[in-house]
Amino acid sequence: MDLGPHAAFIWISYAAVTVTITGLILWLIADGRKQAADLEALERQGVKRRSAAPGVR
Amino acid sequence: MQTLTQRLANPTRFMELSARLLPWISGAAAILLAYGLYLAFFASPADYQQGETVRIMYIHVPCAWLSMMIYGLIALSSFGLLVFRHPLADVSAKAAAPLGAAFTFLALLTGSLWGKPMWGTYWVWDARLTSVLILFFLYLGLMALRSALEDESAAAKLTAILALVGVTILPIIKFSVDWWNTLHQPSTDFTSTVDPSMRLPLLVMAIAFTLLFFAMHLKGMRNEILRRRVKALRTQAVAGRDRLAAQAANQGAAE
Repeated sequence: MDLGPHAAFIWISYAAVTVTITGLILWLIADGRKQAADLEALERQGVKRRSAAPGVR
Repeated sequence: MQTLTQRLANPTRFMELSARLLPWISGAAAILLAYGLYLAFFASPADYQQGETVRIMYIHVPCAWLSMMIYGLIALSSFGLLVFRHPLADVSAKAAAPLGAAFTFLALLTGSLWGKPMWGTYWVWDARLTSVLILFFLYLGLMALRSALEDESAAAKLTAILALVGVTILPIIKFSVDWWNTLHQPSTDFTSTVDPSMRLPLLVMAIAFTLLFFAMHLKGMRNEILRRRVKALRTQAVAGRDRLAAQAANQGAAE
């Protein structure tokens, strides 16, 4: 694919968007796993939410 | 009869609904993104004036659109918190802020990379560019203010007030190209100013980015609800331990 004399500007733009959005997605997934693990650890210790329905997180 | 917002006010119900919606929204975003990228690179022509650099438009415009829409969502959530005390309003505002900052940063960066070959410069202090930079700083301000305050309730209210004050930047950004002479092109009218061969990829990418944002926002809200539950359980555990320790101390004193 020939993107002409300004190809570098186009590729850098798309690369920046890809890296930033991928980073956001990975951060959200990692954060979700950490919160779920912390919650599970607390519940294993016997600390339970008063309003929690069984099996609902 | 409960309204939709009242029904969603229950975080447990929101967690159930969002768990069902998230895979569908993410899947639709991924499919549209793949189709949009195909259109952007293989099924749309180079511009007669801008040449191949017009392909930056397919990511720059969606990022710029999202930078404003997300701030609008934060302002709406802030209004929901301050006026209706909706339990998920602050969760929504908090989860949206880093996403808004990221898309605003990308709008500035891709605009700058588009500007250099077209205008001959990466940056000018004109009304559109400067007002979007202020929007970026507003996002950073919202996140900084929230993390600077330990009391979460006070942080939520103060952040909401700042978000509502800052909403004045949105019409300034929107109309900056009409009110002042700027290097930036005038507002895009999808029906008349964009050639149909470029309109479709732009529209598909805009919808894909919007769905991508909503998927990330839902995930961020779910994470924030879990974080608050963890915090509440830790507080509950500490309070329980303190109570037991006090009871033991009282028994010891009585004996």
